[in-house]
Amino acid sequence: MSPQFTLQSLILRTAAHFLLPLLLIFSVFLLLRGHNEPGGGFIAGLVAASAVALYMFALDIRSAKRVLRFEPRDLLGWGLLFGVISGVPAVFMGQPFFTSQWLELTLPVLGELKVGTPLLFDIGVYLVVIGGVLLILLSLAEAEE
Amino acid sequence: METLMAFTVGGLFAAAIYMMLRRSIVKLVIGLVLLSNAANLLLFTQAGLLRGAPPLVPEGAMQPTGVVADPLAQALILTAIVIGFGVLAFAVVLIHRAYEVVQADDMDQMKDTDT
Amino acid sequence: MLLAVLSGFLIAAVAPWAHRGLGRHSGWALAALPAVLFIYFASFLPALREADGGRIIMEYDWIPSLGIQLTFLVDGLSLLFALLISGIGFFVVAYAGRYLEGHRDLGRFYVLILAFMASMLGLVLSSNLISLFVFWELTSITSYLLIGYNHEDAKARKSALQGLFVTVAGGLALLTGLVMMALVGGSYELHELLTSGDIFRDHDWYLAILLLVLLGCFTKSAQYPFHFWLPNAMAAPTPVSAYLHSATMVKAGVYLMARLNPSLGGTEAWMLLLGLFGAVTMFAGIFLSLRSTGVKQVLAYSTVMALGTLTMLIGVGTENAMLAAMAFLLAHSLYKGALFLVAGILDHEAGCKDFLQTGGLRRALPVTTVFAGLAALSLAGVLPMFGFVAKELLFEAVLEAPALAGLLSVFAVVSAVMVVAVAAIVGIRPWYGPRADTPKIPAHEAPPALLAGPVVLASLGLLFGLGAGLVDQGLIAWAAAAVYGAPVSPYLSLWHGFNLPLLLSGVSLALGLLLYLNWERFRRFTGFMEVVNRYGPEAAYEKTMAGMVWLSEWQTRVLQNGYLRYYLLTILISTVGLVMVTLFTRTHVHIDLDLSGILVHEAFIVAVLLMAALVSVTTRSRLGAVASLGAVGFCVALIYVLFSAADVGITQVLVETLTVIMLVLVLFRLPGFLGLTPMVLRIRDAVIALAVGAMMAVLKLAASTTRYADSISEYFIQESQPSGYGRNIVNVILVDFRALDTLGEIVVLALAAVGVYAMIKFRAEDRRR
Repeated sequence: MSPQFTLQSLILRTAAHFLLPLLLIFSVFLLLRGHNEPGGGFIAGLVAASAVALYMFALDIRSAKRVLRFEPRDLLGWGLLFGVISGVPAVFMGQPFFTSQWLELTLPVLGELKVGTPLLFDIGVYLVVIGGVLLILLSLAEAEE
Repeated sequence: METLMAFTVGGLFAAAIYMMLRRSIVKLVIGLVLLSNAANLLLFTQAGLLRGAPPLVPEGAMQPTGVVADPLAQALILTAIVIGFGVLAFAVVLIHRAYEVVQADDMDQMKDTDT
Repeated sequence: MLLAVLSGFLIAAVAPWAHRGLGRHSGWALAALPAVLFIYFASFLPALREADGGRIIMEYDWIPSLGIQLTFLVDGLSLLFALLISGIGFFVVAYAGRYLEGHRDLGRFYVLILAFMASMLGLVLSSNLISLFVFWELTSITSYLLIGYNHEDAKARKSALQGLFVTVAGGLALLTGLVMMALVGGSYELHELLTSGDIFRDHDWYLAILLLVLLGCFTKSAQYPFHFWLPNAMAAPTPVSAYLHSATMVKAGVYLMARLNPSLGGTEAWMLLLGLFGAVTMFAGIFLSLRSTGVKQVLAYSTVMALGTLTMLIGVGTENAMLAAMAFLLAHSLYKGALFLVAGILDHEAGCKDFLQTGGLRRALPVTTVFAGLAALSLAGVLPMFGFVAKELLFEAVLEAPALAGLLSVFAVVSAVMVVAVAAIVGIRPWYGPRADTPKIPAHEAPPALLAGPVVLASLGLLFGLGAGLVDQGLIAWAAAAVYGAPVSPYLSLWHGFNLPLLLSGVSLALGLLLYLNWERFRRFTGFMEVVNRYGPEAAYEKTMAGMVWLSEWQTRVLQNGYLRYYLLTILISTVGLVMVTLFTRTHVHIDLDLSGILVHEAFIVAVLLMAALVSVTTRSRLGAVASLGAVGFCVALIYVLFSAADVGITQVLVETLTVIMLVLVLFRLPGFLGLTPMVLRIRDAVIALAVGAMMAVLKLAASTTRYADSISEYFIQESQPSGYGRNIVNVILVDFRALDTLGEIVVLALAAVGVYAMIKFRAEDRRR
């Protein structure tokens, strides 16, 4: 790891260890509440990507990749797949592609919950944004090594 | 406020264009960033500026109360910002690659396709 | 009918496999298609006799939802052409199977020739101007491919391109003319337009329509001065020459002129243009034919003569002239098809491509000799061949032409003299006299596949001559009626008694034979005509092509100069100029300069934003530039948040952070700013940049006071919760209402990311190498 852009700061490194899971959880929270409050797939994806980027700066690329667990390319592919799949159920209902479909569930703890294809689509967006941004940043950082 | 924003947008465009007309490729990239900011801001202003009226429906209601800011323009800009990042990254890498080949931060030395 | 026209394309699609499966018999097998089509078209003959107005119209739904139909028009004219196309097509395909036997591209040849035949049938049978034009262009394209069949030969490629350019350039003019016709006539259907001739003749656009349509017809039918592509097209294999360049494609122009005669004909302009161009083409064609010695060249130029004759006759426009034109068309197709096929036999059996190489072949090729002679007699117009009937009618028609009768008659007689000489060259020269040293010694008579065409076509010339009544009551008269626009009273017969036309025939025959005996001398005396080659139409074509190449090189050098900033400058200056001129001359702009209601913190943010932008532009430090760029981004984000766009603001902040990180990662690998541009140029750029900025500001202000349509946002605002089950309207738009757009956008993001990844990975691999 070249020292050019890794900030050799103990505080930052320690902070990054704590911040990463917190930010990732926060990003999921942003994703899920995005339909009703500010948030959503784009913002959540950017937050998650920033979290990993921060980790990369604080430690190094290899650790960042390890902590991500997935290849950014795979995330990209899954995201696009989710996005497309979310449009399909409408076709079986005889409606135009991408017409949203909803399921109303009554769960014991959470009460009434609406689950629909837009949520799946938002997850797709989330994954594409994480995958895309990290693919760009990790490739660039690796190239600078 | 929209008049002021019109001039702000104009100023941002002017700055972006000036940077894009330079010979330095780094300045070209900076110009691109300014240009995408200018375009987004233009779109945003054109949809109308409203203070403190986010396009959110209050809890339990069916429609927002009163006039809210145009959500469509916001949705457009939101995606435009993210795409802008992707395209900028692509441009930056392309430029970096070109620099490696030409070994100079000068557009004029890139004018031949076979260097 | 639809199947009949399209079957050529369908069979063409499977022809290579058929060829592979059938081997050496593929020629006969594929020739079955034109044969079947011929019988099918012939079956229309009885129906046409009964048909109302001498025409049958067949309609097929093509795009019913748009009300577009595919209409076919069967009348004497189109049926005559359809029969010729399919009939001669049969012999040509069978002939080609043998002539090109063993050629590795024979499969491709079948594809092209069948597709060509189908296009030609579509052309003559279409009743819709647009489908007619489509088929017209299809014949140009397929003939391009056929001329360039020997694509490894540079000359063939060049000739093919020449033919394509000339005919397609004419095709463009034709399209314009046809569209104008449709606008004037109020219909794209030929059968409706043909009855409204007076509307065209009295319309202001008449001359423009006429010139455009004729340009298309003249280029296609190789009229002077566009005749040069036709002899060059002889680079094609002989069956193609026989088919396209004598019997069918070049007659497409004649067909269209004949077809449109009821609509556009009968005016002075029509008579003058067609009469003069036709006469000049006729004369120039036969003159050049007599000057050539190459077998196919002689025949090709005599085809130019025939096309000129037909054009002239259509221009004359009398009842007799139309009969003459149709009779001449039939006679020409028969003998010219036969003669070209004979030329192919000469090449195939004796290796001769030039008349000067030939002589005394009658013992080796007795059957060919007889039927070549028969066809040549018809060409010369000797009793009792059908060519004689046609020639008599031709003389009669020009003698009584309503305009230019004297001039046209002189042209016709002089041409007829030379035609006789050409006929003698074709019919006597190769066969009789002392045995010449041919490149190949013919071992035997040509095989049946090669002989079938000349034998049948030449015999038909004799048969129709002896029984002129056979065709005159039927097809020729109907065709002439279709061209004339009214029924004609036919009186074709072999013997008209002693009259002026007969006298002219006799004189031309005698003089022609005399000319043949002095052929060498004629060629020597007319050697000065070589000058024309240097300054003639073909030279003009070459000059034009060279000029276009020069022009495009010049404009590429000027416009594509390789300097990004000059591209930008060109685009920006034109944009600013055009937008400003339009804005202030075409619209009433109302600009509302209302500066009230600005809060202090907002003004402060805007000031910081503009200052940061200015710093990023002027600073000499790259870190400074990137940092101030970040400041601009955060100010923009603040503006979003202040004006009710929380989501956008958050996104902007996050992206701005990532952008700065990215720029830091990359840009500092690049050298520092150099200050490459002198002050004057910087001021120039600054002025232009400010002009663009001002334009955007003015546009924004002007746009604020103009609204052409209601915003569609209201629907999203109302429906977000009830049908989208979401309270964040922006997010509902992104993932529900406009999800397809968003999908497109994330695909773009993914592509950009993959692009970055690929570029970096390739670089790494390059280095490793």
